[in-house]
Amino acid sequence: MTDLALDKPVPPNAAEPNRTAPAARRGTVRPSPTALGVGLLLAVAFGLLPLVGSEYLFDAILTPFLALALAGLGLNILTGYAGQVSLGSAAFMAVGAYAAFNLSLRLPGLPFVVDILLAGLVAAAVGLVFGLPSLRLRGFYLAVSTLAAQFFVQWVFNKVGWFSNNSPSGIVTVPPLSVAGLALDGSVGRYLFALSVVSVVTLVVWRLVDSPTGRALAALRDHETAARVIGLPVLRLKLLAFAVSSFIIGVAGVLWAFAYLRTVEPAGFNLDRSFQILFIVIIGGLASLRGAFLGAALIVVFPLALARLGETLLGGLFDSGVLEMSQRIVLGLLIIAFLIAEPAGLSALLDRLWRRVAGRLAALCSALCSRFASNRSA
Amino acid sequence: MDWSFFTEVLVGGLLSGVMYSLVAIGFVLIYKTSGVLNFAQGALLLFAALTFVSLTERGLPFWAGIALTLAAMTAIGALIERTVLRPLVNQPPITLFMATLGVSYVIEGAAQLLWGTQVHGLDLGIDDLPLEIGGVLISTFDLFAAAVAGAMVAGLTLFFRYTRIGLGFRAVADDPLAALAVGLSLDRIWTAVWTASGVVALVAGLLWGARLGVQFSLSLVVLKALPVLVLGGFDSIAGAIVGGLIVGAVEKLAEVYAGPLVGGGIEGWIAYVAALGFLLIRPAGLFGAKPVERV
Repeated sequence: MTDLALDKPVPPNAAEPNRTAPAARRGTVRPSPTALGVGLLLAVAFGLLPLVGSEYLFDAILTPFLALALAGLGLNILTGYAGQVSLGSAAFMAVGAYAAFNLSLRLPGLPFVVDILLAGLVAAAVGLVFGLPSLRLRGFYLAVSTLAAQFFVQWVFNKVGWFSNNSPSGIVTVPPLSVAGLALDGSVGRYLFALSVVSVVTLVVWRLVDSPTGRALAALRDHETAARVIGLPVLRLKLLAFAVSSFIIGVAGVLWAFAYLRTVEPAGFNLDRSFQILFIVIIGGLASLRGAFLGAALIVVFPLALARLGETLLGGLFDSGVLEMSQRIVLGLLIIAFLIAEPAGLSALLDRLWRRVAGRLAALCSALCSRFASNRSA
Repeated sequence: MDWSFFTEVLVGGLLSGVMYSLVAIGFVLIYKTSGVLNFAQGALLLFAALTFVSLTERGLPFWAGIALTLAAMTAIGALIERTVLRPLVNQPPITLFMATLGVSYVIEGAAQLLWGTQVHGLDLGIDDLPLEIGGVLISTFDLFAAAVAGAMVAGLTLFFRYTRIGLGFRAVADDPLAALAVGLSLDRIWTAVWTASGVVALVAGLLWGARLGVQFSLSLVVLKALPVLVLGGFDSIAGAIVGGLIVGAVEKLAEVYAGPLVGGGIEGWIAYVAALGFLLIRPAGLFGAKPVERV
């Protein structure tokens, strides 16, 4: 559950000599395995994939994966770390997407990076408003009340033409992506842009959940009354969780609209999307940064894989209606199976798998070494 | 202000609220005894209505259709309890909620894969003629639905109060550990509860199906039932009824009087906003039990 953050590198300027780690004493800071793994992943994602990936890979898999993973990350702060369940994530994605669209439309002078930040702030403000009930409500009462955000926001974007620039169909096309004069409207460009945003936000969140604030959020989740007793500002923390989470989900909405779909419409941010994001968090693992990415990968790849599989197995019999229904069934079964087999999610599953593999490797290694040693001594 | 029109809207709202209560009661049954917010209630409702309609369309008489659907609902309820909830015992409520979300996906997909996705008409043999009572027009169908709901609540109340298994339900709802200690079988009782909620789903499914036509959107009536639950409290049948009446009335009155000012279509969220406003005053709903927390 508490992954990544545990083995952060020891600061080299640690004051007392007896508190410095062995690595620091040797004069160099050895990066932890986690940092190495993340670095390697980033190198592959930034360096290798753009060279070898196909357009389909970027447009249909990687870019939506990044946007959904970011949304999952945002919801995880609220649900995983702070323990407040929300069923209205798609509403905040919509707010982010529409805010960015209107900012780029009405204030064309602003650089797009500023648009994104502002869109996130708008989403955070809306999140604050809909987070207010959390001050009084808990558990399912709160979860249901977040549905108010879902339905209300969707209704507003449907009804008020100003938000979609009075487009008669309600669907608007967003301007092509460009940052600092650099056109990023190709598949690779949009992917790289999404990747950069996701990397930066993830890094910030990583620091946040490891900070005193992050621990205070976890205390709030684990026992609200106890958190209050030890003097944590519970109300402020709840609102903070809603604001930060909505900010990130709003940014995810910007990526969804600008990098993935290149259009915005209210129907794209319906209740099913909210559930999808919740699934990502639950399947991936609550209170785990990795979980959001693992869950999103599964949610994005699985329907495509199922469509492919159905096509090869059943051929013409597998029309789109049957496909949609079987996708629903399999997704449902998958969720149930996951919850039963591993309630802590893919992240915990991966940990277990890794420990097993590492254990095997270590055993194999020591067996080889001892044989080698006995050979030498013989 | 035209008072007879106001009364008409109000009565219409109250009666349609009873329809929401019907759905909400299914939730309450399960929440009360096992602490699970069963999101699959809407899917169960869809499945029941779709199965019944498809059976009668294939030439089965009305009562045989009811009997067969009832058998199917019982089987599904027991199956869900056995395969999904029992392995998840002692998990946090959110996990159980997610599991029922998964169940609802499976049931929705299966129902439509099995019976097709087209819209079926469902005729229960009740004419939807407006009835004039004291100058106010009331739909006969709504009155019938209200009567059914009333009968169901009465039946459930009697069942809870006077039968052995009903007493068991209440014992489990009160304190599962104590219930276990005096020798009640939790498994049996939970299976019975799921069966009962399947029956409620059948009744609600038939009434809603007759009203809206039997189709996928039928499973979305859960979204109408949730504010009712929030208003009335998740664990109170009386709350489900009163909450339903309030939500129905508020929704209709708001749609008629406030809707035109903001462009209409507000019934999708006004119930939630009303429920929220209410919750700010009473966080556990009208009749909900206030949780006692120990540190």
